[in-house]
Amino acid sequence: MQNNFVWLIFLLPFLSFLVISLFLKPLFKDKPKLAGYVTIAAVAASFILSVVVLFKLLGAADHKLIVPEINWVIIENGVTIHLGLMIDSLTGIMLMVVTTVSLMVQIYSQGYMKDDPGYHRYYAAMSLFTTAMLGLVMADSLLLAFMFWEMVGLCSYLLIGFWFHKPSAANAAKKAFIVTRIGDFGFLAAIIFLYAHTGTFDIATLQNMAVSGMLAGSVLTWAAIGIFAGAVGKSAQFPLHVWLPDAMEGPTPVSALIHAATMAAAGVFLVARTYPLFEHSATALHTVAIVGGFTAIFAASIALVQNDIKRVLAYSTISQLGYMMLGLATGGVAVGIFHLFNHAFFKALLFLGAGSINHATQTFDMREMGGLRKAMPKTYITFLIAATSLAGIWPLSGFWSKDAILSQALDKQPIIFVLVLITVFMTAFYMFRVIFLTFGGTYRGKEHHLHESFSVMTIPLMVLTVLAVGSGFFNLNGGFSSFFGAGETHSILEGLFGIFKEPLPWISLLLAGSGIFLAYAIYSRKWISAESLGKMFKPLYQLFYHKYWVDELYEGIIVKKILMGGLFKAAHFFDTKVIDGGINTFMIQKVIVKNFFAGLFAFDRKGVDGAVNGVAGTTLAAGKTIRKAQTGQLQFYGLIIGLGVIALIVSVFIFSRV
Amino acid sequence: MTIGLEHYLVLSAILFSIGLYGALAKHNAIVILMSIEIMLSAVNIALIAFSRFIVPAELTGQIFALFAMTVAAAETAVGLAIIISIYRNKETIDANKIDLMKW
Repeated sequence: MQNNFVWLIFLLPFLSFLVISLFLKPLFKDKPKLAGYVTIAAVAASFILSVVVLFKLLGAADHKLIVPEINWVIIENGVTIHLGLMIDSLTGIMLMVVTTVSLMVQIYSQGYMKDDPGYHRYYAAMSLFTTAMLGLVMADSLLLAFMFWEMVGLCSYLLIGFWFHKPSAANAAKKAFIVTRIGDFGFLAAIIFLYAHTGTFDIATLQNMAVSGMLAGSVLTWAAIGIFAGAVGKSAQFPLHVWLPDAMEGPTPVSALIHAATMAAAGVFLVARTYPLFEHSATALHTVAIVGGFTAIFAASIALVQNDIKRVLAYSTISQLGYMMLGLATGGVAVGIFHLFNHAFFKALLFLGAGSINHATQTFDMREMGGLRKAMPKTYITFLIAATSLAGIWPLSGFWSKDAILSQALDKQPIIFVLVLITVFMTAFYMFRVIFLTFGGTYRGKEHHLHESFSVMTIPLMVLTVLAVGSGFFNLNGGFSSFFGAGETHSILEGLFGIFKEPLPWISLLLAGSGIFLAYAIYSRKWISAESLGKMFKPLYQLFYHKYWVDELYEGIIVKKILMGGLFKAAHFFDTKVIDGGINTFMIQKVIVKNFFAGLFAFDRKGVDGAVNGVAGTTLAAGKTIRKAQTGQLQFYGLIIGLGVIALIVSVFIFSRV
Repeated sequence: MTIGLEHYLVLSAILFSIGLYGALAKHNAIVILMSIEIMLSAVNIALIAFSRFIVPAELTGQIFALFAMTVAAAETAVGLAIIISIYRNKETIDANKIDLMKW
């Protein structure tokens, strides 16, 4: 078939991964540059193929391409699992985003990762990530999507922990992996649940079932919420947002590609992909809107006071992903994905800019920067344009998609609309706070030779700048929306200026403008002192600065008290005393003494006795933990009894209704 | 307004909640004992109301309530005796400080 070339889009980066790890790493150790070239070539080829796919999609009648599928697993009288690709308008857009940003990041990395000893490993993981991400956006069944979904999670883990000799990086990698796993569990549960009810993994079939009403009611709602749980984990929505700021321990190009432009947006993509499931369940749609809207303002408020430039960008990403979720919930696929599309370019640009700054100053702490405008003019201009775009200033790309989300939110969720309108102000403020602290004023850091980065780093910045300015224009004549099968078309001029007939753009522009002005007044002109402002709103400042203490809550209470204190302790005890005791004595005694009877004797002593003692010990340890519940406070017992009775009554109510 | 079964039950529920709150939240053991009495009264109201509205011909609920009152009186006597005994030993009747059953 003529469309078979589509498979190559994600097979090429995979080939690059195999070549680097199996061939280049062992044989060409002294020529690390080769790995970069192979990756860039593979991703560039994928990019060209993606452009071809996009044009074919634009030409196709219903914006769909048929790619023949492969039977993968066939179980007699049972399940047949297909491997197939689903190529529609959503895939087309995502392919463009992933391949463009990936290509730019790979080129940029040549400069940023120069002389790093892990060069091969870096490019191998980046290739594998690109494979997985491209596979995810093209997968036609939830099962296949889940496999790629886990693969991007793995690559994220590998790349966050790229400098694994730093304990903070190793911990951040673990945290990202474990926190997203909580969401993935919901996704997996939803897949199994859907399969149990419909007998299929196929996304198109499930979509049709949801549209025709075969899949409805609580089944649909629970499935949608399960899928959304996966999206919450990957897209770092509240309450699973804690991993993304820590993920900034990885190399900066990784943050740009994985934790801003593509993988973090995978959750948004997943919701868009299964959108008919959400569309037919008001509860699910409400959940998405509330989580998205709340995350948007929650993360933006934290970003206001962070001192680490990458952390500001990380919280900004979380906030913008919240916008996308809200856009999906209120305006449909086209609105949410349009913001994803624009955000990918300007956020990748911001991260790469931060990397370029780091290259010159060797730090991410904005308190030690300042005055970089003169030393790094190219970085400055590109960063400024990206920040303006993120702040939503006309006519840059961020303005168009943000305005679309705001107007849809006003229609459908007026309360959340107010929240995200405040977020517009916050976004403009924290982005320009970064600009004035980093580029304005005078240099505050240690004596260091400031210099502009290599051109291999600044050229990708410029390419992304063009996209950050221009990507919003794709929807000017309604092209983007109609590609997704919604919205009317305008002429280009009407699209560009017609928006000002509405009052809403004026309000959001005014808010963004005042945010910028406030940042200017505080951080550039110093009319208002940042310190006295911080003192004035001390409780609020503390709350934002400590990120609402969510990390402490998770770490201190859930991990330390419940898991470490009880469960893990008992398991560890069992492991060291019983299992290790048994195995060690049996093996070691036998080998060293080489005497069967001595071995048997020892086995009896340590193995059998150890098991007996171990059981007793485990019981003791369990008792030690559980007895803490016996406070001796009579009223505490009374309270527990009362709560138990209430729980019984409530459950009787619930179950007697069904 | 006709007073129906619901009114009695709501009154009973309110009284019971007040008593439960007192029993769980107060520090003074005597107040706790009083709160338990309130809870018992609430139960008695419910018992009599059910009896009156569901099986008016029989007096089961009323008799039950009489028993409950008797038992409550005995319980108060025993409870007060225990409190006096605790006070003699520990010089306090603050329920938070009486935690001999602690691990």
